[in-house]
This record gives sequence, C-alpha cells and structure tokens, in this order.
Amino acid sequence: MQKTDVIIIGAGPVGLFAVHQLGIKGLQAVVIDNLDKIGGQCIELYPDKPIYDIPAVPECTGEQLTTRLLEQIKPFKTKIFLNERVDEVRQEKENWVVKTNNKKEFSAPSIIIAGGVGSFEPRKISLKEAEKLEGKSVFYAVRNKDQFKNKRISIFGGGDSALDWALELSKFSKITLIHRRNEFRGAHHTLSEIRKLEKDGKLSIKTPCQIESLDNENQLKSITIKYDDGKTETILTDVILGFFGLIMKLGPIAEWGLNMSKKTIEVNSNNFETNKKGIFAAGDICSYPGKLKLILSGFHEVALASVECFKRARPNEKYRFEFTTSSKTIHNRLGKK
Amino acid sequence: MPKIIYRDHFGESKTINVDNGLSVMEGAIQNDIPGIDADCGGSMACATCHVYVDEKWFDKIPKAEDAEVDMIDMAFEPKKNSRLSCQIIVSDELEGLEVITPEKQT
Repeated sequence: MQKTDVIIIGAGPVGLFAVHQLGIKGLQAVVIDNLDKIGGQCIELYPDKPIYDIPAVPECTGEQLTTRLLEQIKPFKTKIFLNERVDEVRQEKENWVVKTNNKKEFSAPSIIIAGGVGSFEPRKISLKEAEKLEGKSVFYAVRNKDQFKNKRISIFGGGDSALDWALELSKFSKITLIHRRNEFRGAHHTLSEIRKLEKDGKLSIKTPCQIESLDNENQLKSITIKYDDGKTETILTDVILGFFGLIMKLGPIAEWGLNMSKKTIEVNSNNFETNKKGIFAAGDICSYPGKLKLILSGFHEVALASVECFKRARPNEKYRFEFTTSSKTIHNRLGKK
Repeated sequence: MPKIIYRDHFGESKTINVDNGLSVMEGAIQNDIPGIDADCGGSMACATCHVYVDEKWFDKIPKAEDAEVDMIDMAFEPKKNSRLSCQIIVSDELEGLEVITPEKQT
C-alpha cells in the first residue's frame, strides 16, 4: 500500500492542475487513470480540436493543454498510474484507501475525484452473440497483433483506428473493412493506401452497411452484414475487430456512497467536498448550483479543494495563503532560485 | 415557443415547449426526457444525445456538418436519419419537430 497526501482520480486537465495546487502547498499526490494515456477527454475526445477559453491562452488544442499542464507539474515529480481503474474506496481510521482493478492500493487522508464523465470504454457490438465471443473472436482493441496472423478479419469502423489496423493487419491477414457509410474519416494518406490495396484485391471494403448477425455461436465462422438498401451479404470471418469509438461510463464511482445527481457527484461550492469528509470532486463530474462544465471551472474547484486537503494532511500546521509570485517556499517547491 | 415531440423507441411520445435558440438536446435535459444522456454537455465530443429525426423532418432541418456525421459513427445503432440533438437548434421553423430517442445511448 502506498501512502500519500492526496489521491487524485483522473488524469485530465483538472486532475493535473490539482497536482499543481497541492504541490505548491507542499503536498504529495498520486494520480490514477483508467486510460492508457494522460489527458482525459482532452486527449481521448478532442486532441486536435482547439480550445478558446483557457484564460490567457487564446487558442490551444487538447493535446497542447495536456503537454503544458504536465510541464507545469513537472517539479512535483508526481507518480501517475495509468491503465488503473479505481474500483473500491474504503475508510481506514483517518484515511481513505482506494483499490484499483489491478489490486494496487493507495492510502491518503483526502481523495479528489476529477473523473470527468467516468471511465472510457470501447463501444461494443450490441448483439448477444458478440458478447459471448468477446475476447475469443470479437475484439475492440489490438493488444498483440500476432494473435491476428493468417486470419479472415472483419474490421468495423470508419476512423483512424479502423483504417490503421486494416492497413497493418492486411500484411498478413485477409481483411474486410466494413463501415456504415461511404465516407471514412481517417488520415488521407492511410485512406489512399487502403484504396490502393482494395484496387489490388488485397483488401475488400463494404459500405454502407452494418452488422446484422454473427453465425455460429461457439466459434465464429461468418458474419452477415446488411446494406442500407436492405440487401445482405455473408462474409467468412474468423475474427471481428470493432472500432466504434469510446463511451464514457461512470463505473464504480456510483457505488461509493456519494450523493449523486444525474451521473454527477454533489459537492458544496466552498471547498468542493462531497457528503463524505475528505472526498472531494472537481471538474465535469461534480455538481453544485450554477455549475458550468468548463475546464477553467475545474481549475478553480481544485484550487479551493486543495486548501481543505492541506488541512487534512497537516492537521498540526497552520495554512497560510501565499502567492506564487512572491513566496520563497513556493519558489523552492517549483525548483526556482 | 415551438413544440418539440420526443418519441421513445416504444412509441410513447412527450411534447415539450422548447425556447428558440436552445438545442433539442437542452430541451430534453431540462425537461427530464429519458433516453438522451448528453455526456459531453453539447460540445460534439460524444454521441450520447443521438436521436433519429422523423423522416418527414429530416430534410427540412439544417444539414449536419462533417464533424457531426463523423461523431455519429460513434453512436449506438446509427441510421440514415441519425442526428446529434445538441446540434439541432430550435426555431419557429421547427414547430412540431419529431425526434425518436434510440433504445439506448451507450
């Protein structure tokens, strides 16, 4: 079990800025996120889309914002645990203990939940048979591409993931790329390579159509797709790869005994504490009268929550408000001379 | 205030007066219409406010821009008349607009 001053759930912009606000107060934090990368929705949903309402930053993309925040928190050398979903939260004396799906445990007097709209999960094919075959012949990610050698693979989707994997796996497997409309939205050069492969007969593209059924329940033999005009076609298939994007699920957070309203956690707007002492929520996941789901609101929320976290982590010390421009202590913590 | 008709996939419908300038998504959220989640709050970054627009209305409302159509790829069971309700802005011309909420959003 790792002990720290604050456990931050969520490595999006608000979680990262929480590290900063805690760090300048001399508190150590750990950050835990279910995704495989840092940045939350900024990276997962709109890495290239410009954001125009970060104060003093007229324009930056989700990716740039994440990079800058990481630079801003660098002096604090905070550990960020990725691919870890917090499953359980329990109280042990004065501390909160969280446990992840990989059985990692952390303990701290405070938790800041900056979980956005919950954790991201791949959107799945909504057929029962697909559910049964998941992990055997139906996949939503490629972890090890050797597993997909010399197979007949039906790839669903029209974005970069679908196109990139179609291209990559076509080197050693027979690929059918299936999409619900004629337009694909991946990178241009990938698309032209795909079209070339199609022309050379090395890959087939089926549009506009969607999956109708999976044939053979225990081992996949073929699938049936249905075109927009109602025609159906059967495609011999060993493996289905679906890239329908990600959905956000609140997940286990709903079971921690926190007061919730409409998939958000209720907090007070003085210090953004929930109904549980020492558990705070900030950013898109929290709600209070007048709440706006803006990144800048999240920054404000963690700044205030961090004060209460200080009091909980250092009960015998007096909290003193300081400016970063003039405080020698803060300069030291930031490594500035 | 135009009337917007929200029909669920069972065929039950609710008629709501929605202010001009609000989106069909906001009209649903403010009036507790089930079946529209709108996880991202209207930034066109998710597809959980996905609706089917009644066939007789589909061509009458302003067309979806490319980014919206791309995002609809991520929706649950998209069809030809799929739209994101956060991108349909209510106006007098939309009086009587009928949208059907999908079986589920995620």
